[in-house]
Amino acid sequence: MIEVLRSGPMTTVQDLGRFGLRHLGVSQAGVLDPIALQQGNLILGNAQNAAVLEIGVGPLYLRFTSPSRVVLTGVDFAGTLTTGTDTSSIQQVLPGHPVNIVAGSTLSLLRPAIAGAKGYLAVAGGIDVPLVLGSRSTDLNNRFGGLNGRALQAGDYIPLTTYTPSQQTADTLVRSFSPSHVLRALPGPDYDLFDDNAHQQFWLQPWGISHQSNRMGMRLKGKQLHLHHRVNLLSSGVLPGDVQVPEDGLPIILANDAQTIGGYPRIASVIQADLWQLAHMSPNTSVYFQPVSHAIAVEAKLQQSHYFERLGEQLRQARHSDHR
Amino acid sequence: MSIPASDPQQDVRVSLVGEDALLFVFSPITESEAPLEVQRRIWQLYEWLDPQRDALGLLEIVPGMGNLLLRASQKTLLNTLQDLVLTRWPQLNATETEGRTIEIPVYYGGSDGPDIEYVAEQCGISIPALIDAHSNRSYRVYCLGFQPGFAYLGGLDKRLVLPRRETPRLAIAPGSVAIAGKQTAIYPSESPGGWHIIGHTEVSLFTPSKSPITLLQIGDSVRFVPIGGTK
Repeated sequence: MIEVLRSGPMTTVQDLGRFGLRHLGVSQAGVLDPIALQQGNLILGNAQNAAVLEIGVGPLYLRFTSPSRVVLTGVDFAGTLTTGTDTSSIQQVLPGHPVNIVAGSTLSLLRPAIAGAKGYLAVAGGIDVPLVLGSRSTDLNNRFGGLNGRALQAGDYIPLTTYTPSQQTADTLVRSFSPSHVLRALPGPDYDLFDDNAHQQFWLQPWGISHQSNRMGMRLKGKQLHLHHRVNLLSSGVLPGDVQVPEDGLPIILANDAQTIGGYPRIASVIQADLWQLAHMSPNTSVYFQPVSHAIAVEAKLQQSHYFERLGEQLRQARHSDHR
Repeated sequence: MSIPASDPQQDVRVSLVGEDALLFVFSPITESEAPLEVQRRIWQLYEWLDPQRDALGLLEIVPGMGNLLLRASQKTLLNTLQDLVLTRWPQLNATETEGRTIEIPVYYGGSDGPDIEYVAEQCGISIPALIDAHSNRSYRVYCLGFQPGFAYLGGLDKRLVLPRRETPRLAIAPGSVAIAGKQTAIYPSESPGGWHIIGHTEVSLFTPSKSPITLLQIGDSVRFVPIGGTK
């Protein structure tokens, strides 16, 4: 078990999310950065979809009541591991480098190196909250899944799957954390409803990230986008990555907790291979949209799964040579 | 891959959404509401596709108002899906099938329906007449979305059509029965919202541990049954 000693807002239990239930209004939820989750689980030899902690805002102080092994992925969170009371035993916890934990140790994750970016903590075996509708992800809006359907709080105990130390894995180089702030996108179903100026603005201007962004959507700031004329669209299914433009003309990129049906015009959809960047958008940065072809979008997604296959293979070999 | 913008023969518009989803718009773009005949065919399409999720590699099948969104897994060809749906569509008929009728007991007015007086005043009818207009008819579940178990109910009495509140509430309590535009709905979970709250029900609309998880299903008929007084 992990005892939560202190938790800033928005640290939640997440896996890859819920699928196949959008017709009933159930959102995807799940990690905003699926790359970070898969890296963490591969490094620890976990199941691909094992639940992790998505750390929104620090600080997060955790005390481990049993031995474990963890790895931080995503943004650097100024992490340290303290064993016992002796300050000489403080160990730095860096992204991508797994650490062994003895019972009674305290893991402190202070703050993200980039404000607004997320850290991900994978634990050997995975976090063992009950599956709800096929996922361990927290649905914050509807208060189910994860740990009691909410963000972590001091005093919580997080159940873990039993850890067998033989699952040890070697250190490895994971792809470095470097969001480009360029989101490749495909024109959306309502693209032609927008005027030429809106098309230019959409692809060319840097979009600021509003402070009101959250797991439901990234709200963007910039010059407003206008339609040729006002339209009344009938509500239809929407997906994470869709870029909706409400009446105020400022786009919203729908994220994992977004509702399943919407009625605003959709100018574009961010390609799936770039959606992980939504996890790391800070209010002090800007993003650009870059038009790409459908073929490139499909290829980018394929490349990503190849990357995980290679990483998995590399780790298996490292583990093998370790055991000799 | 190429997805044609429309199929003139059937007046079905198909668009690509992201790299792996298709949106089929079946209702004429000039309509401000999806005609029930069109929606019935969308329900039939859903019933037909649902058992084939695995065979067709469908991750999501989401009926909307006069439209349907399909999300495919990586191995599925979108052109194949498009052909399948466009071939099936003209074969569906809009005849009424007998669906379920779900009764929702509602406490109208008072603290359960804080906007009822405002709505009655704006619509120029008495509160009893408003309750009668809202409860004495059958609604259809066009689709579900927005929140788990939130049903888009069509068929509101024309006398009750009002624009949304100017200032949305930050939190609408679960179980709130509300109206806005040509629709009425029940909020399954707490949420911000600009609809007018006229009543409250204690019925649970979404229970993750139950099967099915939502009380209302697409195509269901819904009747609101007034309960004397407030709680």
